[in-house]
Amino acid sequence: MITQAKCKKIIDLAIAHAGDRVSDMLVTVFEQDQATSRFANNEMTQNVDTSSITVTLYVNARNRTAVTSTDNTSTRSIKRAVDKAIEMAAVLPHDATTLKVLKPSNWTEDSAPMFSRYDPRIAALGPDDRLARVKSIVEVARRGRLKAAGIFATYLNTFAVGNTAGLFRFDQQTNIECSITMLSASSSGWQKGFGCNLDTVDPVALAEGAAMRARKSRNPVYVRPGDYTVILEPSAVLDLVSFLYGDFTGTEHWYETSSFLKKIGKSVLGDNITIADDASHPLQTGFLFDDEGMNRKKVTIVKDGVLKSPVKSRRSVKYLGGSPTGHGAAPTASEGEFPMNIVIAGGDSSLEEMIASTKRGILLTRVWYVRDVDPNTKLLTGMSRDGTFLIENGKVTRGIKNMRFNQSVIDMLKNVVEIGQPVLAAGEETFPAVVPPMKIEGFRFSSRTKA
Amino acid sequence: MAILAPGFLANLRESAWSHIMNKQLALYALDVARSLGASYADARLIKTVTETVETGNLFVVYAGESENIGLGIRVMVRGGWGFATARHLTAQGVVFAVTKAVEAAKASSRILNGRVKLAPEKPHQAVWQSPFNIDPFKISTDDKVNLLLECEKLMRKNKLVKQTSGLLTFTREKKLFVNTEGSDILQTFITSGCGIDAQAGSHEHFIRSWPNSFGGQYESAGWEMVKRWDLLGNSERVADEAVAVSKARQCPEMVTDVILGASQLALQIHESTGHPTELDRVFGEEENYAGASFLTPDNLGKLQYGSKIVNLTADATVPHALGTFAYDDDGVSAQRVELVKNGLFVGYLTSRETAHELGLPRSGGMMRATGPGFTPLVRMTNVSLEPGDAGSLADLIADTKKGILLDSNYSWSIDDRRHNFQFGTEIGWLIKNGKIVEPVRNPSYWGITTNFWNSCDAICGPSEHVFWGIPTCAKGQPCQAIGTGHGAAPARFKNTKVGVAKPAEDKPKGGAHSKSRSGHHHAKLPRHNRHCAGGSK
Repeated sequence: MITQAKCKKIIDLAIAHAGDRVSDMLVTVFEQDQATSRFANNEMTQNVDTSSITVTLYVNARNRTAVTSTDNTSTRSIKRAVDKAIEMAAVLPHDATTLKVLKPSNWTEDSAPMFSRYDPRIAALGPDDRLARVKSIVEVARRGRLKAAGIFATYLNTFAVGNTAGLFRFDQQTNIECSITMLSASSSGWQKGFGCNLDTVDPVALAEGAAMRARKSRNPVYVRPGDYTVILEPSAVLDLVSFLYGDFTGTEHWYETSSFLKKIGKSVLGDNITIADDASHPLQTGFLFDDEGMNRKKVTIVKDGVLKSPVKSRRSVKYLGGSPTGHGAAPTASEGEFPMNIVIAGGDSSLEEMIASTKRGILLTRVWYVRDVDPNTKLLTGMSRDGTFLIENGKVTRGIKNMRFNQSVIDMLKNVVEIGQPVLAAGEETFPAVVPPMKIEGFRFSSRTKA
Repeated sequence: MAILAPGFLANLRESAWSHIMNKQLALYALDVARSLGASYADARLIKTVTETVETGNLFVVYAGESENIGLGIRVMVRGGWGFATARHLTAQGVVFAVTKAVEAAKASSRILNGRVKLAPEKPHQAVWQSPFNIDPFKISTDDKVNLLLECEKLMRKNKLVKQTSGLLTFTREKKLFVNTEGSDILQTFITSGCGIDAQAGSHEHFIRSWPNSFGGQYESAGWEMVKRWDLLGNSERVADEAVAVSKARQCPEMVTDVILGASQLALQIHESTGHPTELDRVFGEEENYAGASFLTPDNLGKLQYGSKIVNLTADATVPHALGTFAYDDDGVSAQRVELVKNGLFVGYLTSRETAHELGLPRSGGMMRATGPGFTPLVRMTNVSLEPGDAGSLADLIADTKKGILLDSNYSWSIDDRRHNFQFGTEIGWLIKNGKIVEPVRNPSYWGITTNFWNSCDAICGPSEHVFWGIPTCAKGQPCQAIGTGHGAAPARFKNTKVGVAKPAEDKPKGGAHSKSRSGHHHAKLPRHNRHCAGGSK
């Protein structure tokens, strides 16, 4: 794992080598040590232990910006990357909208959370530790006469940002990830956990949850497609709501491509929906400063259904007004900003209560291959997967065959009738976020499939 | 050992010298692996340079170059796999990485149903270069920028166009593969990509792109492909079509004959033929993420996958296609494999491991990894629909009494067994009595894979056949995005359900709705946080 001193040395080297050939320059260093034990059919199929680093140089030479990156941290390679960026920038057209790099200020003061997102116990896990967890998952499968497939993975992430104005930020974090599918001959169940702390992910509990879903959905039956009351587990909520993230950015408002254009201050979702971006939330993961080194501020995006504010970069505030919120990507116009730490406020219903209050409905564990098909209405399509159940008279009665939905996520968030407690949910369409389970009326399934 | 002439080393160019040094390191990695107990090991030393120029709304939004080098080491110990990457190309760095790979393999060997065995492959010694005419790295950055900005200006001649963008991207990859069976293969790949698009509409933004959506067309070729796709010559048409779509009515819901344009058909092949024929998926190895397959071995040689005119192949030997190579990352030479013959399902995409498991004598050579940081997986090469005898696209339209032509992918989704799919395209053209009558917006079509392919009644001929490149096929954990190729000519599918993805009737129309580009919302993530999501998977 790279040290703070080494990151500073790389950044200082790049800046010194550029000298007065550049107007200013931003340098980022991202390193990831990743170890993934992958299993299927109750055996280990892959076991990888890798390390990668990317040094990226954003060179502004008289309002012409070029970007080079390298994974070679030798002095020679860093100097070559600097020279190449300067050479490329020289032939680019002048861009009067180019921003100067961020100066150190109260926006860039250290904003360490009350807790650490670095768990040395995760950093210390080796192949035998991962093996022990995989064995415990497979043991759950074997006991239930099921087959397990999935991963147990650890990550050590380091991120440093420095620039010619003297700014330097550095942070290191650990992540743990465990995703499990349990399969019977006719059904499957899935659970996934993610966190910064070893205690936040319990592989055996996840395995048992996935196994329970596989057992309960054995011999699934067809149900007729149509409009249903659905209960979405948090991962399913996450993978649908994430398609609104771009609409929550200042750049999409500036470019007039947001679905919520000119609706700031207006009701856009149900009055029980509150969505924030909050990097410091205790359940959240990720770094507390953005790619330019600015602190990620808490932004209330939607409050009681009313659109309050998108997240904004230094660039988009030039056109939208207000202050940047610390969600900026690297300083190229195409990147803009992005809400990386979504938190959806919870309600007071438990999943069990949602099921008990449902006369006839469908419970979705996981959605799959979600894509927007009519972005004017934010209509999404996708499939259910790995644990789709029929609810009858307040009880989960049996598994059903997977179905395709065509559903506007905006309409979905206007029809939420019950909300549960938020958790750090992990799906497959986006990065994890703090999201509750939801009960929704009138969710539209358009077709069914064989599996 | 050969005796070198005096001064030889001093006269070696730096690149040649580093190649010799790096090859010694790769061979050293194999020696270390053997000494630590590996029964098999391979090492891939890969150096990649990528140059990208992107413009948007008449600004250069990205101009940059990235350089990556690393050594990926895969080892088998007691029948279990382990993999690690050497970031530091020194003897010490190699020993460190090989030790990690061996430790991982030992752990794997303790939870196996049976030791992994590989189908035999004779060792190969080869040097190969992907063919190209004009080195794209010798074209100046300002020529690249100027081309895209000129295209944007032409697109903006239509004043109803709101957003324009362009992309050029070029990669040079040098890959050395050595294994403990004696293979020693050096391959160099030149890959080029180009694309432009325009968005139009008041509040609602509708996109048209060229030559393909989501960044354009990608080929194993040089700058000549950029010239061939004639971005300048297509700019005004692309802009006019974006405006036409923005003014068009919603695609009606109906069951009708669908003609898929070649690039949309390429993605249809990718999702509904390519992925379900990956044998590792069939064996359940992707169950947790990418999913499995309905094409189980009991269907091999029995299932009527498509109509009699449907012939699908995986061919890694096609010049200039994105999924082309000489040797895969198992060290197996490139091959042409039949997947569907006269409609019958007859073959799989395989690796040495999965071929052995199925009882095949040899791998089809489809094992590839996304660079030195990843272990190889079974991947598509160039999975293609063979051309038919329906002539040109104009001939096929003229032969269609009632139907719709769907062109340029916009939205794509398929279930985890690859049965139930739904695609949307940028534009639809309604056909009546053999003629195009009007464009429609937000067209979509839906089907079940085998029903759909069995409804194929006409495929255009070789003159319409293009090898489309998809640069972002996502698979595996950790997720790997890789380029695949798909040859396709427009084809017709009878009685297909169209217009399923429409706004509900009770929703208000108009207002401040707007359109962001499908699948691109993740492209806004900071680069180190980018997820495989958003690609094709």
